Amino acid sequence: MSMKRRDFLKTALASSAAIALSPGLVGNAQAATDILVGSIHDLSGGLDAYGKPMQDAMVFAAEEINAAGGLLGRQIKIVTKDPQSSMQQYAQLAQELALRDKVAVLHGGITSASREVIRPIMRKTNTLYFYNTQYEGGVCDRNTFCTGQTPAQNLATAVPDIMRRWGKKIYIVAADYNYGQIVSQWVKKYALENGGNVLSIDYFPLDVTEFGPTVQKIQAASPDFVFSALVGGAHVSFYRQWAAAGLKGKIPMASSTFSHGQEHIVLNAPESDGILVSGNYFPSIDNPANKAFTAAWAKRFGADYPYITELAAATYQGMHLWAKSVSKAGTLDRAKVLEALESGMSFDGPTGRVSIDPATHHCTMDIRLGEVKEKKWSIRETWPQRAPLDTSSVCDLIKNPGENQQFVIKI
Amino acid sequence: MDYLIAIGLEVVSGIASLVLISIGLAVVFGMMKVINLAHGEFLMMGGYATIAASKAGINIWIAILVIAPLVVGLVGLVVERLVIRHLYGRVIDTMLATWGLSLLFIGLVTTVFGNTTSGISSPLGAVNIGPIGFSAYKFFIVAVAVAVIVTLYLLFKLSRFGLIARATMQNADMSAALGVDPARVYAATFAIGSALAGLAGGVLAPVTGVVPSIGAAFVAKAFITVIGGGSAVLVGTLSASGIFATVNQLASFATTPVIGEVALLGAAIILLRLFPRGITGRFFKGRI
Repeated sequence: MSMKRRDFLKTALASSAAIALSPGLVGNAQAATDILVGSIHDLSGGLDAYGKPMQDAMVFAAEEINAAGGLLGRQIKIVTKDPQSSMQQYAQLAQELALRDKVAVLHGGITSASREVIRPIMRKTNTLYFYNTQYEGGVCDRNTFCTGQTPAQNLATAVPDIMRRWGKKIYIVAADYNYGQIVSQWVKKYALENGGNVLSIDYFPLDVTEFGPTVQKIQAASPDFVFSALVGGAHVSFYRQWAAAGLKGKIPMASSTFSHGQEHIVLNAPESDGILVSGNYFPSIDNPANKAFTAAWAKRFGADYPYITELAAATYQGMHLWAKSVSKAGTLDRAKVLEALESGMSFDGPTGRVSIDPATHHCTMDIRLGEVKEKKWSIRETWPQRAPLDTSSVCDLIKNPGENQQFVIKI
Repeated sequence: MDYLIAIGLEVVSGIASLVLISIGLAVVFGMMKVINLAHGEFLMMGGYATIAASKAGINIWIAILVIAPLVVGLVGLVVERLVIRHLYGRVIDTMLATWGLSLLFIGLVTTVFGNTTSGISSPLGAVNIGPIGFSAYKFFIVAVAVAVIVTLYLLFKLSRFGLIARATMQNADMSAALGVDPARVYAATFAIGSALAGLAGGVLAPVTGVVPSIGAAFVAKAFITVIGGGSAVLVGTLSASGIFATVNQLASFATTPVIGEVALLGAAIILLRLFPRGITGRFFKGRI
């Protein structure tokens, strides 16, 4: 959807002519009254299964806020960009959103790689940035807010719990980029601390689809369970080939990423039943806020909507945290909104309470352990209000507000 | 011991996959000296034909073994009539034209099915060899590869069509003088090559899943195999697949699938340095 220079000139000429001819209309132009919110998620390509629910969550939250009277008396308008699972597109589209559309805030980025493309652009252009994906932790940037959970929140409790269920020998398979590599190290750390043992860690680029030798290697190593941090459409083949080799009932599997890309919807039930996943959101959470949320979602997007992912819930919460802060600040001015966000802003939503930790710009939230059965999740454990201790061990934005980097946390 | 058997089976199924991926290209390149850069997209369309047919309720085996080769064979026939036949003997032009076609096919399939990964589950289930579980579908892949090689051998070696086809490839003018219509032979050969690519795409779809851009992953491997194999279509493909897949799978077992791919490319470079005209440029001369 990028605009060619010639088209741009045409449009610019046409619109300036229109404005010159009808000066009375200028004040009523829609763009002047709506608050523009940037949304940049992969809606096509290998990561589309992650991006589409996040985009829907943006629209859903905006419509909810608009229906309740809008923000500062104005309506929110989502400006959507699809980077097609390509990093070059992320750079270009993020700049467009910040410089041309001048959005009040940008929500988006899915992989950690894309976040690190967006983050410096948003900082340079003084545009608030929300990253609503669970990730490996360590981002320390006063302009950026991370509303997804990080390893110290979900793995610190989940890994020992899963080891109690299944045993101490773990085989890790992970996506070959910063997320998979760092999360594997966290799993290893928590396994070792609890008397466990990691037999091997195998990394796979996002386009690998052939897992035959890996499946055989895992069998030969005979772990007590497999931990998967695989990502994207191509990696779904792993779960298929795992089940095809008849290992589903033999060696159990846990994951930090399974279901975020709707894997359990794409796969058939026998291929995914019994997999344990730790995270913040599952649609089966039993509280009134979530019941209302899922009912309203079904009403908006249809009862046959594939799956409200954890990343969609985090995006929804991110939008509301931002909107509440704008209301509190009473202005869109970045510095004032930042202050409001850093005032311990919290939102009670479908996952329970989510509150921003002012020192790290990460969120404290409930963590749960879910087990998939017939494409539905039953919640096995809940660990309330887990703080982002990994990031807070290295990042203090109150003391060092100028900090701007992703710390690689020493594990 | 069980582990060794498992490695052996993975190697054999790897060879079979590589044979299937490259045989369609080998037929078109070996017989007609046409370099079809859209070969990967032919495989991709075979995969989509299988998945679409299977989701429409057609029996999965019919979808893989009949629908996929039929659909892609027809596409191949149309492509030959519209594009390729104007370009015989012009290697560079054919490469450009087929590369353009590959982009067109990716675009068309993306428009119809969306730029997203689709897949179906592997039929058959698992077999156990000792304590090691193994996907029974891999035996099916091996069986299809064997059947394809045997059928092609019989077709080209024993049938009248095979004789005419080989004669036309060797000297089109001479066979035309003897009453053969080379244009029809070329069209049939290209359609067969396309149908084989479609079959391979259909067979592999339940293992890898399909996405419109998956052709790129196939075409590179297919080319390396065909070039490494040299001029003999069947013997060349078999021997090159045997070497490359073994190197790939063993390296994957010893390290990771990434290193496995690197090892495959490394083996190809060494092989082409030793035999610039491919394996069959040195051994098995004059075979099919």
